[in-house]
This record gives sequence, C-alpha cells and structure tokens, in this order.
Amino acid sequence: MNEDVHQGVNDEHPEERGTPIGRRVFLGTLALGAAGVVAAPPLQRGLERFLGGAADKDPTGLTGLLPNGGGFRYYSVASSVPRKNAGTYRLTVDGLVERPVNYTIDELRAMPQTRMVRDVQCVTGWRVPDTPFEGVRLSRLLDAARLRPTARAVRFTCFDGTYTESLTLDQARRADVLVALRMQDKDLGHSHGGPVRLYVAPMYFYKSAKWLSGITVTDEVRPGYWEERGYDVDAWVGRSNGRDDDPTS
Amino acid sequence: MTLRADTPPTTAKVRRFSTAQRWVHRTTAALMGVCVATAACLYVPQLAELVGRRDLLVTVHQWSGLALPVPVLAALASRAFRADLGRLNRFGPHDRTWLRAALHRDKRPASRPAAKFNAGQKLYAAWIAGATLVMLATGLMMWFTHLTPLLWRTSATFVHDWLALTIGIVLAGHIGMALADPESRRGMRTGKVSRDWADREHPLWRP
Repeated sequence: MNEDVHQGVNDEHPEERGTPIGRRVFLGTLALGAAGVVAAPPLQRGLERFLGGAADKDPTGLTGLLPNGGGFRYYSVASSVPRKNAGTYRLTVDGLVERPVNYTIDELRAMPQTRMVRDVQCVTGWRVPDTPFEGVRLSRLLDAARLRPTARAVRFTCFDGTYTESLTLDQARRADVLVALRMQDKDLGHSHGGPVRLYVAPMYFYKSAKWLSGITVTDEVRPGYWEERGYDVDAWVGRSNGRDDDPTS
Repeated sequence: MTLRADTPPTTAKVRRFSTAQRWVHRTTAALMGVCVATAACLYVPQLAELVGRRDLLVTVHQWSGLALPVPVLAALASRAFRADLGRLNRFGPHDRTWLRAALHRDKRPASRPAAKFNAGQKLYAAWIAGATLVMLATGLMMWFTHLTPLLWRTSATFVHDWLALTIGIVLAGHIGMALADPESRRGMRTGKVSRDWADREHPLWRP
C-alpha cells in the first residue's frame, strides 16, 4: 500500500486533511464558465466556420447535432402537426376583403413566382446563410382578394392548430414577404413547414410561420403565438428582441 | 463501527450514506434527468419533431433547472452531508496515487488507494457542482433576456450549448460506472455497503 498514506498522526483520518482541491476545481469550473461567456463571440465564429466546413464533408450528419453545427433547427409549438399534400392542402384568404379565396397548391404554383436568396436568422441565435426561398408575393394575394378600406393588418394561422403570426399591412405588402412553396430549390418539406409557409425575409424567423393555412385581413395587429410570450411584434432582424444581428434583407 | 462477534465478516454491512444524503442524490438525479430529457427534446431535431410542444418543454426545463441546486442547498442542514462535502474537498497524497493509476489504466486495487471517496469521485463532484451553476447562470441569462446586455445572451447560449454536451458525456460516464458496480449502487440505494467492498474499493475509509 502507498506509504504516503500513513504519515502523520495516527488518529487523524487521511480524508480530513489534505489540500482543498475540490474547492479549486469547483471555483475553476465557475471561472471557466465565465471566461467562456466572455470569449464566446470569437470562439463561436471560429467554430461555425470549422463545423460548417466539416458538415459539408460529413456523411453521417452528426455535426448537425453539435452546437453551432449550422443548418436549421426544428421548432414546433404543437404536440403533433398533420401532414398536408397537394390534394388536401388549402390556403384561405378572408377577413376584411371583398373576395375571400381558397387556394390549392396548384393554383399558387400557377401564379408568378419570386425567388429570393437571403440569410435566415433565428431569434435564438442560429443563422443559415444564403437560403433560397421561392413562392408568391403576399402582396399579390392581398391585391387579388381586394382589401376593404378598414384593413390595417394581416393575421396568419397554421394547420398545426396552434401557431399564429401577424404583420401590419405595410409590412405584409413588402416585396420581400412571400407565401413560400419552395426552399433551397426544393419543394418545402413537412419539417420546414411545408407544403406552404410564410417567408418574411427582413424579420426574425419566428415571423415566417410554418404550415400556413389562413391569411385573415384585420383592422389591427393581433400579436402572434410567441409575441404573446414576450417576443417583439415588429421583429426586424438586428433591430428588435434586444439583438444586434446583421440585417437579412 | 465495531462488528458484532456473531456476524460473519463476509456479510457485514457498513453505513455509507444517511437517509438525507440518499434523498439528495435521488431528487438531484431526477431533476437532472428532467433537464437532460427536456433539453434533448428541445435540441435534437428528430426528438423535437416527435414531441413538439415547445412552450411546455421550455417551461419544464427552466423550472427543473432552477430547482436543481435546491436539494444540495437544503442538505447543508445535515451534518453527515457537510462532513462528506469536506471529504470530497480534501485531496491527500493517496489521491495523487489514485489519479496516476487511473491515467495509466492500472486497475489493481493496491494502486488505487481511496478513503470514503476516490479521487475520481471527488473531481466529478466538484466539477458537476461548478458546471451546474454555470448552466444555471447562463440559463437565467437566456430566460430573463432583459436583465443582461444583448451580447451576453448569445454568449450565454454558446456556453450553455457546449457545456450541456459536455455534461451529457460526463453524466453518461457517471451512470456507466454506477451500472458497472452493483455494490456501489446498493450503497446509494440502501445506505449500506458490504465490509468487503468497502475494504477493497475504499481501503482508507474508516466508517
């Protein structure tokens, strides 16, 4: 047995003396955590670059599970989301309009399509660069429905049964707001909010409601799902929610 | 503890943990389990897709995280718990021997001297306590977004994410080692371990 152990006074337990290394490890971990917060911005940029490069060559997709591994994250507020396809999907435009409409996917596809390539910025911090979205300008659908004079805002509902969003009429009429049918040059899949989602390019991604099923023109802005839980209603990237990200549009 | 003469030494039991200590471990483990499970459902895309209910998961995660240090803080009232904290804190020369043997993958009991806690358990206890508080602090910065400057929040998210991954790996090691040692688990479950086990695994411990 180790001879170190029996040094010292006999009736003293070896566990009752010694160096307080436990306390040092504890305090050191706290200090390292604080240093991590301070050093995070450069560390994060470096890791995003490194992992982004590694993800391109990674057939397993495991890098996508790492923090800052790049790519989209799946967020849903509902317990389960029904799947809709070209046969079952309908988009309703109603509210303060002269001509309420029900669109099928084919009817939306038959309208003029706009393709935009912008960064996607989530309010939780992740950003996906240069993501192509393609679909019908929201302003075109609003014009087709012929708004009544009292129209001031637009409310969006989703076929997950829970999520809602909203825009002022001015925001909704912007050229960079789409009813998107395609993302990354593929038809929108279910996990990305397909077959049809909203795409509000200049705002944080929670404004871009997935599984869009209803567009209701209203006389005032009604805060959406996350906005009732503290997020900003006017969600301009870099100018809201206390964040200073680079603008996306 | 003195053995009674009529007790055969092979089945003799020694007390390792008090009721309070076992309940601290149980409640902390349960809260940590809830934190890890909800974190996985918030973070791993496949699980997030399966479970959804993001708002509920966030609430459960936040409150279980906030409650995580409570059992340990409450147990500071227990003399036995405080005594064990003292034992976990103090490293003697035998701990250096133990760590050196662990680094060289030397598994012979003679080269792994340990008192009530071995050096690995001491390091784990100190690190997981510190890591939990870092998770709590960064978690609060993400939760109460108006309390700290905006740059801090992104940085807190960064630390929270990577430390979560690290804790997950270390925690898996902790559970794996417990699974490999039934007598050690029995100690945490019943409070008692066999004298043989104590003499073999913790030769310097004098219960």
